[in-house]
Amino acid sequence: MIHKHDLIIVGAGLAGLRAAVETSQYADVGVISKLFPTRSHSGAAQGGIAAALGNEEHDKVEWHVFDSVKGSDYLGDQDAIEMMCGEAPDAIYELEHLGVPFSRTKEGKIAQRQFGGHTKEVIDENGNSKRIPVLRACYSADRTGHVILHTLYEQCVKRNVRFYAEYFILSLIIDDGVCKGLTAFNLRDGEIHTFHAKAVMFGTGGYGRAYRVTSNAYANSGDGVAIAFRAGIPLEDMEFVQFHPTGLYPLGILVTEGARGEGGYLVNNDGDRFMKNYAPTVMELAPRDMVTRSIQTEINEGRGINGGDFVNLDLTHLGAAKLKERLPEITGFAKTYAGIDPVKQPIPILPTAHYSMGGIPTDLYGHVLADEKGTIVKGFYAAGECACVSVHGANRLGTNSLLDAVVHGRRTGKTLVKYLREAEFSPLPDDAEKKDREMFANLYGTSSGENADKIRLRLKEEMTNKCGVFRNEKDLNSMLDTIHELEHKFKNVHLSCKGKVFNTELMEIIELGNLLEFSDAIVTGALARQECRGAHWRTDHPKRDDVNWLKHTIAFKTEKGIELKYKPVVINKYQPQERKY
Amino acid sequence: MKVTLSIKRFDPEKDEKPYRKEYTIDVEPTFRILDCLDKVKWDIDGGLAYRRSCSHGICGSDAMMINGKNMLACQVLVQDFKKKYIKIDPLPSLPIIKDLIVDMDGFFAKYEVVKPYLISKTQPPVKERYQSQEDRALIDEAVNCILCGACSASCPSLWSNDAYLGPAAMLKAYRFVFDSRDDAQAERLDVVDTPDGLWRCHTIFNCVEVCPKEINITWHLSQLKKKCAMREL
Ligand SMILES: Cc1cc2nc3c(=O)[nH]c(=O)nc-3n(C[C@H](O)[C@H](O)[C@H](O)COP(=O)(O)OP(=O)(O)OC[C@H]3O[C@@H](n4cnc5c(N)ncnc54)[C@H](O)[C@@H]3O)c2cc1C
Ligand code: SF4
Ligand code: FES
Repeated sequence: MIHKHDLIIVGAGLAGLRAAVETSQYADVGVISKLFPTRSHSGAAQGGIAAALGNEEHDKVEWHVFDSVKGSDYLGDQDAIEMMCGEAPDAIYELEHLGVPFSRTKEGKIAQRQFGGHTKEVIDENGNSKRIPVLRACYSADRTGHVILHTLYEQCVKRNVRFYAEYFILSLIIDDGVCKGLTAFNLRDGEIHTFHAKAVMFGTGGYGRAYRVTSNAYANSGDGVAIAFRAGIPLEDMEFVQFHPTGLYPLGILVTEGARGEGGYLVNNDGDRFMKNYAPTVMELAPRDMVTRSIQTEINEGRGINGGDFVNLDLTHLGAAKLKERLPEITGFAKTYAGIDPVKQPIPILPTAHYSMGGIPTDLYGHVLADEKGTIVKGFYAAGECACVSVHGANRLGTNSLLDAVVHGRRTGKTLVKYLREAEFSPLPDDAEKKDREMFANLYGTSSGENADKIRLRLKEEMTNKCGVFRNEKDLNSMLDTIHELEHKFKNVHLSCKGKVFNTELMEIIELGNLLEFSDAIVTGALARQECRGAHWRTDHPKRDDVNWLKHTIAFKTEKGIELKYKPVVINKYQPQERKY
Repeated sequence: MKVTLSIKRFDPEKDEKPYRKEYTIDVEPTFRILDCLDKVKWDIDGGLAYRRSCSHGICGSDAMMINGKNMLACQVLVQDFKKKYIKIDPLPSLPIIKDLIVDMDGFFAKYEVVKPYLISKTQPPVKERYQSQEDRALIDEAVNCILCGACSASCPSLWSNDAYLGPAAMLKAYRFVFDSRDDAQAERLDVVDTPDGLWRCHTIFNCVEVCPKEINITWHLSQLKKKCAMREL
């Protein structure tokens, strides 16, 4: 079946829905999502969304820009960061106008809180300038992503946006360098559909599910990233995966940074507050990547609790009242998932794969780029976590990613409105669904073969161990071998359920194919990058190397395997400095 | 440890009607019921169908009936149950599509009826609209709803009358009626101030008992009822 819309948006998280709100008054828009829209992972974001509103204290866009550049370990493109931080206040006010129930200050303005890495400049008693935390994260209790996601969906209902919920996209139709649509299958009946469009926008989210321990939803299998890669689009900076220091053991469910902000201790098996050995002055409040590496070192050197792969986050000294007032959500998580009462017992935690800095390369206006020279792919756009503009460089600051999704969803929407005024439908190639139908036929035809779950488990386990917080040449090479071996096995993967209706086994197999596809790009990029920058830490090359590596990785899929090219970082105002806090 | 799940199965392509099947699996006491389902799916029967995504109670995908009570499979652990024989059914009263996956179209159609979006009839200011902390507090609980459907699927009034809007939709109406920024109170009250709206709620409290976000839905509906009564005066 062929559907025709001016614009097809894939993804109903903050990026996709914000773009839908922007475009739907002017064009015929269809939004495809494998999840019902309000189930998208944007809803899990707790902490906040950054913007220098200055509602609680003096703040400046310029400070937000500097913090983001520094946080990115100077790999973020400064033109993109300037634009994002500059548009942030308007983008937030618009969200408020659309109905987002932000928490409020005493005067009734949008409330703001502190978050790691966001600072203001002050002059100390000796006349020296220094930077201290600033109240910049706009929030709605600890459910910021949830309320924004629901509000944007509500606005789409108001605008009568056409949703294709529980449709799973399979491939892009790119012909002569022009994107003409895509194929998807309807989970409800297993039928393959073709979507013909003047333009396609991806807002398909992140790829944390390549790791065993992750804060990411099942759905975050990087489908969009993999599908673009397969269609000949390169991927940028894939090796930069953020690991959050405190995932609840063993699953990796997020325990917010706020727990340490409120005074929580990190303790190893010897009862030591080990951060004194790594960051004696700031202790538990060192930057995310540093705390993550410290925890992982304790675990690797056998000082995990009872020799296991976790340490303790101790909040018991904070007392019941403070936990109830400030950290109710994570107190609940600890009780529900670890059976632990944080008032009486420490919480077992370990680093957890959290955010994908890399993705589909785009310019400032959401156009997807076909190469390192900046050639635009006509008719193809991307925004949000699946895209790499790059505003996060080697490490994103907390609360900058909801902002990224909203600002770029909005700006890409504006670009699209202009484009769609002029654009025409290009004719579809004959039988765009052929490859997908063959893939389905192959899978449905299997009577035995490799077990998908074994492949998935091994991939996730080894990615966590070999391409995780600490990396080195030997492990990365071995990881590449594993991926190639698993890719080989995957060719013979067995689909045991032959039904058409909600064949979620089929969906998981396709997702697994996508995990393998982009994991190759993560590991290849990580192996080549012989330095430490932000979230990418090579124990065999333990320094940042601006002479050789202050550049973006652009990975291409070729017949011979992945080929890496590079492009320069945009540096405007801020020259790279050592990243000290 | 071992646990036995008795799961209600139904494959529309094969089965005339739903049936139960038991699966005994090895689990840790800290496994979520969702992990148990995964284990069945991955180790025993790949065809087992259920929805899930976030895995920690925020996306609302996996509401189902566990030992007779609607809850999120990702929000309860094996150790939360005394007996290691656990019964799992799809949300009751909704059409089953396959196994634990139910058709939520009707649920969302009712959500749309209450005009679930902010309607403001004034030009927005350059910056944010102001809202006092007291006004914001009125919608504190209501905005937490994750649209999981557990409440509506537990409501006897809805079981006996499918035209009833149900608790989730009316909670959404509350969320906007009591939002100080909204200008469409009357329109929305018209929708809920009907025999198949608010007045079919007989304060049975099933919804409150099952809501995984611990929202006191009945209290919110009583506030709406008061509003309706007031405007009749
Ligand atoms: C636990 C947690 C807490 C976080 N907290 C914060 C925070 O406090 N502040 C902050 O700024 N950031 C936070 N982040 C990061 C932030 O939430 C995400 O980066 C952001 O929400 C991504 O939005 P998105 O729109 O790009 O993607 P998503 O919200 O992930 O949406 C992706 C969409 O794509 C669809 N999709 C994917 N694949 C397919 C396919 N094959 N076919 C059809 N549809 C598909 C999905 O259905 C979904 O609708 C947090 C992340 C996590 C995991
Ligand atoms: S009110 Fe509670 S039970 Fe009902 S849909 Fe919302 S979260 Fe689910
Ligand atoms: S999987 Fe999201 S609520 Fe359970």
